[in-house]
Amino acid sequence: MKSVIAVIKPHKLEEVKEAALAAGAHGMTVTEVQGFGRQRGHTEVYRGAEYKIDFVPKVRIEILADDSDALDIADAVVKAARTDKIGDGKVWVTPVEHLARVRTGEIGPDAL
Amino acid sequence: MYVVSVVLLVGALLTPAVYRWRRRKAGLRAGELTQVYRRRLVRALVASLVFLILGLTGLAGVASASNGDKNGVKTGTDKTSVTAIVPVGTPQDQVLPTVTQQVARDHLAINYAWLTVGGILVLFMQAGFALVETGFTRAKNAAHTMMMNLVIFALGVAGWFVCGYALMFGAVSNPGLGITPLSGSLHVGHWNLIAHGGFFLGGHAYDVGIMGFFFFQLVFMDATATIPTGAMAERFKFSAFIVWGLFASMLLYPVYGNWVWGGGWLSQLGVFGPQWGHGALDFAGSGVVHAMGGVAAFWGAKILGPRIGKYDKNGKPRAIPGHHLPMAFLGTMILLVGWMGFNGASTFAATDFRFMVVIVNTILASAFGLLSAMFTMWWKYGKPDPSMTCNGLLAGLVAITAPCAYVAPWAAMVIGLVAGVLVVVAVVGVDQWFHVDDPVGAVAVHGVNGLWGVLALGLFADGTYGFGFNGVSGPVKGLFYGDAGQFMAQLTSAIVLVLWCSLATILFFVIVKRTIGLRSNEADEIAGLDLPEMGALAYPDFLLHRSDAGHVVEGPATVSAGSGASSGTERS
Repeated sequence: MKSVIAVIKPHKLEEVKEAALAAGAHGMTVTEVQGFGRQRGHTEVYRGAEYKIDFVPKVRIEILADDSDALDIADAVVKAARTDKIGDGKVWVTPVEHLARVRTGEIGPDAL
Repeated sequence: MYVVSVVLLVGALLTPAVYRWRRRKAGLRAGELTQVYRRRLVRALVASLVFLILGLTGLAGVASASNGDKNGVKTGTDKTSVTAIVPVGTPQDQVLPTVTQQVARDHLAINYAWLTVGGILVLFMQAGFALVETGFTRAKNAAHTMMMNLVIFALGVAGWFVCGYALMFGAVSNPGLGITPLSGSLHVGHWNLIAHGGFFLGGHAYDVGIMGFFFFQLVFMDATATIPTGAMAERFKFSAFIVWGLFASMLLYPVYGNWVWGGGWLSQLGVFGPQWGHGALDFAGSGVVHAMGGVAAFWGAKILGPRIGKYDKNGKPRAIPGHHLPMAFLGTMILLVGWMGFNGASTFAATDFRFMVVIVNTILASAFGLLSAMFTMWWKYGKPDPSMTCNGLLAGLVAITAPCAYVAPWAAMVIGLVAGVLVVVAVVGVDQWFHVDDPVGAVAVHGVNGLWGVLALGLFADGTYGFGFNGVSGPVKGLFYGDAGQFMAQLTSAIVLVLWCSLATILFFVIVKRTIGLRSNEADEIAGLDLPEMGALAYPDFLLHRSDAGHVVEGPATVSAGSGASSGTERS
């Protein structure tokens, strides 16, 4: 089992959701987060004084998937989240050691 | 028409009959109801009711065109209206005096109504100030900032009632409002220094004319008192603020106000001494109300010191964006509407038709102030800064407040354009050169532009208004229309304003600082004043995002970058 994690631009969430479902995702967890990458935020002017926006609002998605589906889902998320502009975000995949469905107590891939 | 009505009434009677007939035809016994026939019964009754109402209203002549005074030419001309003023049996030689008296009373009635409407509009500006100040500051202090804006109203009323009005207006008379002086003035030679009549609205002050004037002037004073709370927001200790409210309404505002509006020595400069123009003039209070508040705001914010995190180690200012721009916008628009009463009703008389000019001039200056501030920001900093655009509109309004009745529309436009540039320069200047942290721009909007308004009157007054004002015959003319004296009077008035206000407020704030303390403690300020000082959060149910977290409060030691993020706004 794998966990596909993506940090994307908030307005791309709907497209990414559709693409991930089409690629075999069963569900996902979404969190509103803030952060920065290589560009390190940006600078604005408020009433004549500069200020830096270090942490830009993003959406973080977690999708649990079978080993066979994980890369397809990651690919689909990358394609759907892309705007070709700075700040499109990141997608990464990590292994999942253990998984349980709370309601039934099923363990492992059955719990997906 | 009657035919239609009768047909409808007959229909109303027949509809239930038709229902009964159809039911009997379907073979149902009386009292027996199937679902279909129950629905039909309801429908028949509703239709019957509609026919009945339409028929009766038709019979009552609602739709006919016979009665009523539709274009108003007859109203008030019939016998009963006339005898209400001149009762039947009035001796012939008493008719004219009776009519004259009634005309005078009607004249006052119109003026009282206009004064009251204007005063209510100005009262509503309290809401505008509250929204602007709270919108431009951070969420963690929203309840505290709102609280100051509400409480200042009550403090102002109290102080104005006790002695503010008496000191400022005790000696005024105004035939247009039926007001006679309540007292003389304390004076040196022929220079009046302060009035002293009508404390607690007692004695002769218990009078309808005085009440009207008291109310109208009260709401102006409240504007002055509430201006510095914006500049001092987010760190002004609440107990110190209470004392400020009383000081402003009982002493600071009335003294200079008396000198300009209450028959004091600045208004006498045209009659005595140098005989400059009409003496110091200030139509609706660029100086008396706004510059007074703005200069006090400057010293208040200066003595209070900047908010934690406003300046870095090298003294470079950092922006601390307000938490709710739409709120500030709504406040700005409310102020704009309120200003129609602020300036318009400052004629004190609807019978002084000049108020039409006043209102148009006010609108012009606000619009051009907004545009010039917006384009200045756009050109200088790349974007049309929303909060500064709000300030630009207000700057135009403040600047036109003194000259609005005396100048031509083109001059109102120029005054607004200048105000818009001035406010941008002043906001940046106060922030960067003086290192005075003014979150809402009160010093720039009210102080700098208030003084500009006072001077602009002395420049642009075009000699079409102000005949006989302050006891000087002829109209008011500014420097550009040939009367340098008027400009000198305005300049003197502006200098005296700054001197008096600086002296009084510095003394006041330093004393408060040494005694009860002027500023909230550091930990409370970082956490936000809502809980420590008010005991209630403005937004207890919201998780508030702040994309700039960590930048506002930067630097080492106690006030670390992390405390910026945890400073209340992310509390859930």
